[in-house]
Amino acid sequence: MPARTALLMAILVTAALCFAVAVGDGAWMTNVPARDHEKTNPFKDQQDAISAGRRVYVEHCSHCHGENAEGTKKRPALMTDRIEHQATEGDLHWLLVNGSMKRGMPTWSKLGDPQIWQVISYLKSLH
Amino acid sequence: MGTKLKQILGMVLFIFSIALACSTAQERPYFVTYSHEMEEPGNLDIEFFNADGKPGGANRFIGSNIEFEYGVKTWWTTEFYMDGQVTQHDSTIFTGYRWENRFRPLLREHWINPVIYVEFENTSGDKTLREIVGHDGVPDFADPNSVSRLDKEREIETKLILGSNFRGWNISENIIAEKNLSNDPWEFGYAVAVSRPLGLKASAHDCTFCKEKFQAGIEMYGGLGDRYSFGTAFTSQYVGPTMNWQSPSGVILSFSPSFGLNDYSIPRLYRFGVQYEIDQFLSRFHKGGK
Repeated sequence: MPARTALLMAILVTAALCFAVAVGDGAWMTNVPARDHEKTNPFKDQQDAISAGRRVYVEHCSHCHGENAEGTKKRPALMTDRIEHQATEGDLHWLLVNGSMKRGMPTWSKLGDPQIWQVISYLKSLH
Repeated sequence: MGTKLKQILGMVLFIFSIALACSTAQERPYFVTYSHEMEEPGNLDIEFFNADGKPGGANRFIGSNIEFEYGVKTWWTTEFYMDGQVTQHDSTIFTGYRWENRFRPLLREHWINPVIYVEFENTSGDKTLREIVGHDGVPDFADPNSVSRLDKEREIETKLILGSNFRGWNISENIIAEKNLSNDPWEFGYAVAVSRPLGLKASAHDCTFCKEKFQAGIEMYGGLGDRYSFGTAFTSQYVGPTMNWQSPSGVILSFSPSFGLNDYSIPRLYRFGVQYEIDQFLSRFHKGGK
């Protein structure tokens, strides 16, 4: 019985670790509906939008993700290949609107679409 | 101005002065209605709200409360209030405290987002009018403070908060049910509000009075009687515009004139508030914290 319990525990811990790695590795992107995935940023590559997005980022996001999106002890960096290349602008828009509440990321729908797109312009400019 | 109110004001100013970092909130300009938007986890929002009115046949008053709102989780916000009031030609009294919790059961954004609200309050002689339920109205203000403070109200208040964000507009509806823990019946009320920032796009440069710093809307609230006499008869109803402005330092100033819609209501209520949010409050006390 103890051996079986230990095996079960090992399986559960391994499964939990795999899940955590998968989520941390951008598994949220698999939840994005196709319609949202395809959305495009109306402010794409506009310098004003990048500057405004930087201001919104500093106001609302920097205390968790760092002043320059480098991440903090508890929250991930956003200057990553996943954010800059793998995720589409539509994916990021979906994430900001819906959040990832189980993992501590709140919804930011209160900012409204224009400011959300401005933040995305800023994040995509971080090369 | 009474000593207790001065103490409360002093405490607010002290807390503002120790909050070293600039913070911003993007709060809705509502005084009675709750939106579905929760406090961000780890943030502490300090709010000081006031209601000034002159009920017919009674003295002018200012009901005040100071609130400490903390985001425990993305789906759980808790808030502690301390209430007081000043009545002209009468006295200044501390009227009690409240503790509320809000829970968001659906963890994604939907067309309509429900939030469950549960509050315990222990007040007497309260004049903050943070909700109108049952047959609340002008007769409640007729007694002097020495009498009204003897009427202890230990109540459980529940709300179903429904909120939507659509194209920059926020639409919020609250359905309120309140039960005095003595043998009083369940009392009901409602609040609805709609608001929008004056500008949806952020400015590329720092600004003080740009459009996105202002939010404006309309708020309506009132009682719906109790379980024995449900309806809008013999209860007060209010409607009025509401607005706020976020200063560059992060302090939010709010103002709303409300107008009574029947003889049971105070003809005019002037509400004003000051809010300040401290980002990641507890982490400031950790080694290496912000």
